[in-house]
Amino acid sequence: MNLTRQDVEKIAHLARLSITEQEMPVYVTSLSSIVNFVDELSRVDTGGVEPMAHPLEGQHQRLRADAVSESDHHEKYQANAPAVQAGLYVVPRVIE
Amino acid sequence: MLHNLSIGELGRRLNSGQISSAELARYFLARIERLNPALNALITPTPELALAQAKDADRRRAAGEQGPLLGIPLIHKDIFCTNGVRTSCGSRMLDNFIAPYDATVVAQLKAAGAVMLGKANMDEFAMGSSNETSFYGPVGNPWDTTKVPGGSSGGSAAATAARLVPFATGTDTGGSIRQPAALTGVTGVKPTYGRVSRFGMIAFASSLDQAGVLACSAEDAAIVLKVMAGFDPRDSTSIDLPVPDYPAALNAPLAGLKIGLLREFFDGLEARNTALIQDALRIYRGLGAETVEVSLPHLPLSVPTYYVVAPAECSSNLSRFDGVRYGYRCTQPKDLLDMYKRSRGEGFGAEVKRRIMTGTYVLSAGYFDAYYLKAQKVRRLITDDFRKAFERVDLLIGPTTPTPAFAIGAKIDDPVTMYLNDIYTIGANLAGLPGLSLPCGFVEELPMGLQLIGPHFSEGKLLNAAHQFQQATDWHRRSPRGYE
Repeated sequence: MNLTRQDVEKIAHLARLSITEQEMPVYVTSLSSIVNFVDELSRVDTGGVEPMAHPLEGQHQRLRADAVSESDHHEKYQANAPAVQAGLYVVPRVIE
Repeated sequence: MLHNLSIGELGRRLNSGQISSAELARYFLARIERLNPALNALITPTPELALAQAKDADRRRAAGEQGPLLGIPLIHKDIFCTNGVRTSCGSRMLDNFIAPYDATVVAQLKAAGAVMLGKANMDEFAMGSSNETSFYGPVGNPWDTTKVPGGSSGGSAAATAARLVPFATGTDTGGSIRQPAALTGVTGVKPTYGRVSRFGMIAFASSLDQAGVLACSAEDAAIVLKVMAGFDPRDSTSIDLPVPDYPAALNAPLAGLKIGLLREFFDGLEARNTALIQDALRIYRGLGAETVEVSLPHLPLSVPTYYVVAPAECSSNLSRFDGVRYGYRCTQPKDLLDMYKRSRGEGFGAEVKRRIMTGTYVLSAGYFDAYYLKAQKVRRLITDDFRKAFERVDLLIGPTTPTPAFAIGAKIDDPVTMYLNDIYTIGANLAGLPGLSLPCGFVEELPMGLQLIGPHFSEGKLLNAAHQFQQATDWHRRSPRGYE
């Protein structure tokens, strides 16, 4: 199945990615070829097979106690932020 | 020459006082300064930090401390967070990101006294098989700088092959340690899923990612892996099992070892490459191993399975890059949505965007069952094939890659052709198994890799089998011209 330009525009929107006019035809072609490539899976008989989410059987992600284990590093972490004011992250206005 | 010495020999010279850690760091830093411009293997050299760490190692040694990595130089793949040092992940998105803490792997190696000389180039967010997707440009293969070094740990592999450093860290999601190790003629180990901590290692595909090492021999890799491996409460997928003494197991005899030849790996393999693997099998038989052919019928489905699972996980993991808390933000966003879209659209490169969109598509409403759930089911079939094979054999053997290093630019415009480079390596990631690539000869004067895959937590056996091969051969001692 080949993807259309509209499909790719929709995917890009869902993924929150701006795609330029020059990039668009390249993605229409290459995403179509990838989708066609992975379509090979549809021919495999997987009746009765449980989906596998973790590569080690029997292992589960551990939970930890809900206890404070870190000290306050907000100044150090926010040094990497594009815009900070009074210890808060600054973004374009969302509420008029 | 110092750059051709093993980690063990460097340690002996440091212990005897023949050389200091500071001198060793200066030696390798000078080599980087002279040879890296033609390779672009390092994104960020850290000479001042390196000398400070080396002097600290000298003080620790003078105070009576010993340790196999005390004062030994390394570079970290730029996917590992290094406190106070730029951690770019090969992306414009993180070009200005100064990591505020050390990854556990970085902390472990630092605690062992290893000296970081810099950060290694890599495919952007580890998505690539050629190191060409890096924001910082491609890496030259030291065997022929018009060829790729493989990827995504291309900088780590090229630097190790050129002996710019005794060893380097890497990560492997679909072959990103083993494939570049093969294409540059070094030894690379991808441990069992969960064996090495991923805390502070920037996530790509969380059910596949694993950290490991690239070095000049299995012996060196064993020394490093012993330090890197182990339980980390800060990584919820880390496995709480004791770490075996990998170096101590290197010399176990291979008599009676059952090696399975992966039939599917030889279908369509070029005769010259098959011949190299046959030579390797003869050596193993000479060492007392028994070789039998085994079939993993679902293994050829590894690549399409991977290219559903990995992009799906990547699209989720990379949603954290939103232009708010860290990383690139576009100029003059007109609203929040515009800021998200343009920050991500401009901050990510072409391949990363392609993978995010592939993942978004296979997870989207109406396609989830047909692609993602289906791939997870096929993943189980592949994993079951491996499990059954390991009921018959101790380890599996085959080529690491279908071809030697290809030309820079040759495959970058055709993603599916590029993805097929990882046809032999991806299976181990899907099944969470440890894999190792070691040099086994040359095709057209370019190195080829032999791959060993073992059951979960069999890193010690893989290193043992690789070391025994390297005692009987000298492929791993060959150096590219100009880097001897």
